[in-house]
Amino acid sequence: MNTLIDIRSLKKHFPIVGGVLRRPIGMVRAVDGVSLVIKRGQWLGLVGESGCGKTTLAKTVVRLLKPTSGHIYFDIPDEVKVEIEELESLGRNNSKLNSLLKENDLATFSGSRVRLFRRRAQLVHQDPFTSLDPRMKIKDIVGEPLRIYRILSGQALKTAVEELLHTVGLSAGQLSRYPHQFSGGQRQRIAIARALAMKPEFIAFDEPTSALDVSVQAQILNLLKDLKKEFGLTYLYITHELLIAESVCDYIAVMYLGKVVEMARPEEIFHKPLHPYSQSLVASTPVPDPKRRVGRIVLRGEVPSPSNPPPGCTFHPRCSRASQECRELEPALEPVGEDHYVACFHPL
Amino acid sequence: MENLIRIRDLTVRFYTYEGVVHAIDDLELDIRQGETLGIVGETGSGKTMTALAILRLIPYPGRIESGSITFFDRDLHREIELLKLSEDKMRSIRGNKISMVFQEPGAALNPVYTIGDQISEVCLLHRRSELGNRAKQRVESLLRDGGGPAAGIKRPFWHWQRRLYNKIAQESNPLEPRFLSHLPLFRRLLWRMGDEAKLLTVDMLKDVEIPDAARVAIHYPHELSGGMKQRAVIAMALACSPELLIADEPTTSLDVTIQAQMLELFRRIKVEKGASVLFVTHNLGVASEVCDRVAVMYAGSICEVASVEELFLHPSHPYTKALLDAVPMPGKELQTIPGALADPLNPPPGCRFHPRCPSAMPVCQQEKAELKEIGKDHMVACHLF
Repeated sequence: MNTLIDIRSLKKHFPIVGGVLRRPIGMVRAVDGVSLVIKRGQWLGLVGESGCGKTTLAKTVVRLLKPTSGHIYFDIPDEVKVEIEELESLGRNNSKLNSLLKENDLATFSGSRVRLFRRRAQLVHQDPFTSLDPRMKIKDIVGEPLRIYRILSGQALKTAVEELLHTVGLSAGQLSRYPHQFSGGQRQRIAIARALAMKPEFIAFDEPTSALDVSVQAQILNLLKDLKKEFGLTYLYITHELLIAESVCDYIAVMYLGKVVEMARPEEIFHKPLHPYSQSLVASTPVPDPKRRVGRIVLRGEVPSPSNPPPGCTFHPRCSRASQECRELEPALEPVGEDHYVACFHPL
Repeated sequence: MENLIRIRDLTVRFYTYEGVVHAIDDLELDIRQGETLGIVGETGSGKTMTALAILRLIPYPGRIESGSITFFDRDLHREIELLKLSEDKMRSIRGNKISMVFQEPGAALNPVYTIGDQISEVCLLHRRSELGNRAKQRVESLLRDGGGPAAGIKRPFWHWQRRLYNKIAQESNPLEPRFLSHLPLFRRLLWRMGDEAKLLTVDMLKDVEIPDAARVAIHYPHELSGGMKQRAVIAMALACSPELLIADEPTTSLDVTIQAQMLELFRRIKVEKGASVLFVTHNLGVASEVCDRVAVMYAGSICEVASVEELFLHPSHPYTKALLDAVPMPGKELQTIPGALADPLNPPPGCRFHPRCPSAMPVCQQEKAELKEIGKDHMVACHLF
């Protein structure tokens, strides 16, 4: 599998403004130095609690937000990345480096280049009740991307929309209806059809099933599985429910307060998590099995504010294994096994 | 074990412009004393309506059409038919004997009052006699220690105040103090009871494991995190040591680690306070964590009630089986339930689940199955049994 997306020390900070002059008085470090690799054809799960920066990361990757710093390479050969790295180590103000970044680094793209990129990467939002325009008909919603990019029009557009709706399991008879006439599951299908309209290579899903019931959630997850196989897609799947990530994803990254703390295959995260945070996440996930009630680790306290993260390891105030080292130094994401990375001084 | 709540043939309908919504249909359910009963089901299955019907809080245009809900009052040692009570009597039960924790803690709290104010309001409403007693003791001890000036009372009036406190302590809502407390001279009487209520509130906040409770009590809801707010709402619901605590999706809006803390708290409440808990949730995992018994609802009626072990290890109703199969688990193929949830405006005849049921029989289309006991603590409403 070759690399499709390579995210390197990506940061996205939001300023907090205050005072009469609306000057920045602080920074919300939503994404604070994330490095991730998404391979072609992979289904990457991004797990974490609310406020840990999952959604911001996804929005930054599809360039709905401009990153504060860091690189995002989308389908760029390794040689170019190496060259950029070498030039960067020499110094910042280098015209060759700048032109290379402008060509290849998604983080620096703007205008038409971003538009061009978005034909290859799409985002499905969390809540299908707010992500669809209530005053547009379904055929217009699904056909809008095709119309905007002037790919199809007229009868061809209509057949394409019909086909798209068919692939997500909706019938052509529902074309002229409005979003409010559909149930939550059907709306999410419409949102997925809209994302598929551009025939993207990569789709980021931002908690697509959190507003849905379990039985509908299963239908959507199965649909995603089928679509991935059919179109050879690559997914970034954001969820706060570990069980979903375990059952459908190929690889899982656990985020805490703007940083990735552990990356591993689902079996490993579930059966032998190494980071204390992943461990407590696994332990506090309720499983419908009364036999598995034992051995729970309830984390004390709550997630600190990303505008004022604790020094050192951001997890240390809630961690049972925290030492002096954790309070002062920041652990880096280190490989500990095959495809298993953890950022902790005292892994389990 | 005695039943705390017995619901029989409860029918709730909503009269809307589009037609009659059959929200709850011939529901039969028992809540035993000291148990945690979970109600699980999908959106629109009538879980929340069942909870609201117990409190008689069904919103307009809904109506409780028929049925009975009996509540066993431990203090009076007799059963009360909740659906026949007057609105005044019902008010004295709501928040006092039966209280509720709502889904969204941010929406359940009033944004313009502090947490302490809101919880002490419950105490001032339902625990007045206790507050009267406490206030009387407080004033008496102050008088003993430093005399009138320390207590802020002139002695001639103390005689009067004591009479009023005694009266409050004896009856729950006597008339005399209510009028007199509006006079400036006696207003202090209410203030002192309010102060006592605030002290009680801090104790209650400590009870739900809120750190630094005295400081949290003077905060407004927006200053607290979701988990803290939910704890405050739980403290409010527990203010009168209710016999039944109804929790409507109390952990849905919380993160998993906070949810785990909340579930731990609910388990503790059950053990320490001896209260029954009706736990409404759509998350089967959560239900298996906290409940003793679980009822599965589909389209307004119960299809299966069993102890947790029975339900999750030997599910019998086809819907329960399908629901459990739809939960994502590592190393398991996801199964889906064909079709969509029954339309509550126009429910299918017979068993509500038959259009989606893999083992539907001709009889399912005509007759609704009654709840039958098929094992110890295991009731199923299905023609297969």
